[in-house]
Amino acid sequence: MDLSMKVLVVDDFATMRRILRGVLKEIGFTKIVEADDGSTALAVLKKDKVDLIVSDWNMPEVTGLELLKAVRGDESMKNVPFLMVTAEGQKDSVVQAVQAGVNNYVVKPFTADTIKEKLEQIFHK
Amino acid sequence: MDAKFIDPFISATLNVLDTMAFTKAEAGKPYLKKDQIASGDVSGVIGLTGEVSGTFSVSYTEKSILAIVSNMLGEEMKELNEEIKDAVGEITNMISGQARQELDRLGRSLQAAIPTVILGKNHTITHVTAYPIIAIPFSTSSGGFCIEVCFEQ
Repeated sequence: MDLSMKVLVVDDFATMRRILRGVLKEIGFTKIVEADDGSTALAVLKKDKVDLIVSDWNMPEVTGLELLKAVRGDESMKNVPFLMVTAEGQKDSVVQAVQAGVNNYVVKPFTADTIKEKLEQIFHK
Repeated sequence: MDAKFIDPFISATLNVLDTMAFTKAEAGKPYLKKDQIASGDVSGVIGLTGEVSGTFSVSYTEKSILAIVSNMLGEEMKELNEEIKDAVGEITNMISGQARQELDRLGRSLQAAIPTVILGKNHTITHVTAYPIIAIPFSTSSGGFCIEVCFEQ
């Protein structure tokens, strides 16, 4: 896993962005940018090259699933790894995200080890 | 209300606080709540819809939530402010998510709205229906908090 990659953290709750930022820093990532919902995330993605997206699902305006579909539908970023970190743990939700092209899925609440493990699974596949 | 709809909220509350805030809580005895006055200084409320509609809320005393969020963020929180409100919203979201996952396994699929957070002494919590409100008190080493579950059945 290349720790110099730029990570975009998307969550409408500042608390969760702060926790995820802390976990990613602990893993060793140094370039972390944030967005508070899917629409602001798309604005960041249009402006900046991002190497990994870590996103919540339930957000006002553009949801994480809509963001994922937008990313996968855009030629310039369709291959960007996407980790969904969400409270939506029902089977149907996981299936929907997988069908939309998510790389891995973490159900909240989570430990730092779970995030690390799921990221390693993405990059070592 | 069937206990099998209450238990997922109790276990989700214990698990979310333990995993995200390293806080061990203990659940007390559930009781029927007669009024809408919150039993804490800050509450998170989330509406649930699906086969049945309902509301889940969690109300913390100032002391308990300051300790919980301090643990969660690894930084001492000293007052009830916007950061606490945001954290209460996200904790409510996570508890509801995990409880819905368990209810889904029991064959009851529910969707959740975005949580709202209310701050202030003696604030009220409006549940979606006039059905009985089941309250469950919890204790932690830094004081208590209480969850409420109300479903239209």
